Amino acid sequence: MSDKASSKNKTTEKKTSEGIGGGSLGQALLVPVLAVITGLILGGIVMLATGSNPIQAYGALFAGAFGTPSTIIAGIQTYFATGDNAELVKSLYPFTESLVTATPYIFAGLSVALGFRAGLFNIGAEGQFFIGALCSAYVGYSIKDLPMIIHLPLAIGAGALGGAIWGMIPGYLKARFGAHEVVNTIMMNWIAFRLSDWLLSGPMQASNFRPVTPNVAASAELPRFFEDPLRFNLGFFLALLFAYIVYWFLFKTTLGFEVRSVGANPDASKYAGMNIIKNFVLVMSFAGALAGLAGTAQVLGVDHWVGQGFSAGYGFDAIALALLGKSHPFGVVLAALLFGFLRSGATNMQSLAGIPVDIISIIQGLVIVFIAAPAIIRWLYRIKSLKVEEIVLTRGWGK
Amino acid sequence: MKKLYFVSALLIIASMILAACGTPATEAPVATEAPATEAPATEAPTEAATEAPADVVSVGMVTDLGGIDDKSFNATAYAGVQQAIDELGVDGKYLESTQQSDYARNIQQFVDEGADLVVTVGFLLGVDTAVAAKANPDTYFTIVDYSYPDCFGTDFVEGQTCGSASELPNVLGLTFATDQASFLAGYAAAASTQTGKVGTWGGINIPPVTAFMIGFEAGVNYYNAQNGTAVEVLGWDTAANEGAFIGNFESLDDGRAITESLVQEGADIVMPVAGPAGLGGAAYCQETTSCWIIGVDTDWTVSASEYTDVILTSVLKNMNVAVFEAAQAVVNGNFAGGVYSGVLANNGVSLAPVAGASDDLNAQLEAVKQGLIDGSITIAP
Repeated sequence: MSDKASSKNKTTEKKTSEGIGGGSLGQALLVPVLAVITGLILGGIVMLATGSNPIQAYGALFAGAFGTPSTIIAGIQTYFATGDNAELVKSLYPFTESLVTATPYIFAGLSVALGFRAGLFNIGAEGQFFIGALCSAYVGYSIKDLPMIIHLPLAIGAGALGGAIWGMIPGYLKARFGAHEVVNTIMMNWIAFRLSDWLLSGPMQASNFRPVTPNVAASAELPRFFEDPLRFNLGFFLALLFAYIVYWFLFKTTLGFEVRSVGANPDASKYAGMNIIKNFVLVMSFAGALAGLAGTAQVLGVDHWVGQGFSAGYGFDAIALALLGKSHPFGVVLAALLFGFLRSGATNMQSLAGIPVDIISIIQGLVIVFIAAPAIIRWLYRIKSLKVEEIVLTRGWGK
Repeated sequence: MKKLYFVSALLIIASMILAACGTPATEAPVATEAPATEAPATEAPTEAATEAPADVVSVGMVTDLGGIDDKSFNATAYAGVQQAIDELGVDGKYLESTQQSDYARNIQQFVDEGADLVVTVGFLLGVDTAVAAKANPDTYFTIVDYSYPDCFGTDFVEGQTCGSASELPNVLGLTFATDQASFLAGYAAAASTQTGKVGTWGGINIPPVTAFMIGFEAGVNYYNAQNGTAVEVLGWDTAANEGAFIGNFESLDDGRAITESLVQEGADIVMPVAGPAGLGGAAYCQETTSCWIIGVDTDWTVSASEYTDVILTSVLKNMNVAVFEAAQAVVNGNFAGGVYSGVLANNGVSLAPVAGASDDLNAQLEAVKQGLIDGSITIAP
């Protein structure tokens, strides 16, 4: 996308207040940013209460998430002095590792955000994630001797398709029979978990007893940009591309407008002649495909095989991401980057400051509470509440 | 209205702080084996000191998904690291993995920090350990419950994406002959049963689990042959390679239900081979006082002491001993790669004291143990 186009997008965004909940961008970002800061401060208090040093901890977290400036500068100097980039590449490890961590968060967050825009609560992202990962892994390891240009898109497509099917079923049940998608996506999760247990210890098992899949073929791996141990791969840019696609779909197409209308008021949309069934099925399929791609990016880009404990709950964190990003694709990307930096930096924090990784879950939880209840943040920082258009996140029973 | 906001905001913040504080506070008593409680407190100061003096051996342990306070696998392995900290003065710490992609990152973290020995726990870390070991030949690695070359499938290349004895001299695999200790447990169970039936069940039908069950059945059969009894084993049949499995290692409810059905079929002693899920069976036995439980991996009278009154004995997989010895070898400068096999002879596996055992039974168990060690008793039928 050219600069011109992007600036044009921004202006239209403001005009139609289609953006992150209306108002100026600064206003829209104010509460999330303050929520994050407040979460970090309260997390620090928790550390103090448990006898740790929050300054040391956050220092380690920061260094673990972004790398240390001195080593990066030293790496650049060595590179220019000797032409040896090993040190530079190594200094980039923490930052790239954060981006690697953020990649599945972006995909999964987009999935839930898209659902929210249509008034659907997709709790099934975790199950869709598993199905996507398993489908991609299967295509990745079972087909051999294909050129990458065919094999890789095929494996990616399989993950998207698997996730889409897993999302489409609850979407159809909702549209056709009025079965609430929350219940159905939760049930689809359990089917996915048990199915993957069975597949890993049966049909997809690599050796005679380890419950893991075989390694995917090299031609199905998302290419990495650096040597080991840097795992930064094409998946991140794929995630950004999909964020733009979702944005374009929601705000630049007629179908996207229909989806948002149905989300805002299904009855009125139906009255206006929109096809509710088609919209629900379409959105849930698209959302499922995105969550499936989260699993795809993880298996083809990072792990290359699927075993027990493949996911750390990306599908559930995704709900938080969609809330934090106000269900806007670009907001979700920012939120996913934040989670990626927190999760990735936590390794260093745990090692250097001896603080359990669980503290990151606490901070994430606090941020979510503040996002979900902005009144707390408004009250804490004495912000006058603005009359903004609220995004309908999900509907109750029978709507 | 404004007041309502104020009050609810205050309430939410208060409850959050309480909940947040509650997490670490409740965690402390859960981790009965020192590691989790002591690590965060002691690590911070020691770390600063480790960077400077290079002569202090540093040991880093990467857990699998169970986390450091799983009361089983990871906790036992870390007990070995803890012992090395206490007795050898090494600098030790751990990193918890919450998902598959954490393994490589956590290992890399320790490599970057210049750890001398990296301990990885569980076969799922096998590939990432091998990759890191190949890339860092000066760092020693030891992995629990894995011996190489043990590739997950045909697409793994020996020495590159999975271990190889010839190519990775800096890795020590730790394996455990749990069937030997389970044989003793089976013998003790057959000697103790009132109903003439004993039971066992597992998490998933995979060799690390069924090794326990095979040994258990063989021990019962050996007791029958020696004493002319006909004690029956429910829940496992070595000849058919079939038995009772719940399909996971987490669900206490599943563990409870399967224990209940074995007891209703007549078993009064049950050995659950399913990690934490086995505690569901222990809870059932305690409530109904109709059965005894045989613990696995660790001594359940210590790690699950609330069920002590229904625990007959435990099959111990002394991962702590093996990890400690690996750390000791690094300190002494005589670390050698290869495979460590924990057996009864080197106390790598053992049987915990049997509750209420007569001197006669203890003497018999000792004799059977010696027979297993010297090979006069074999587990294979």
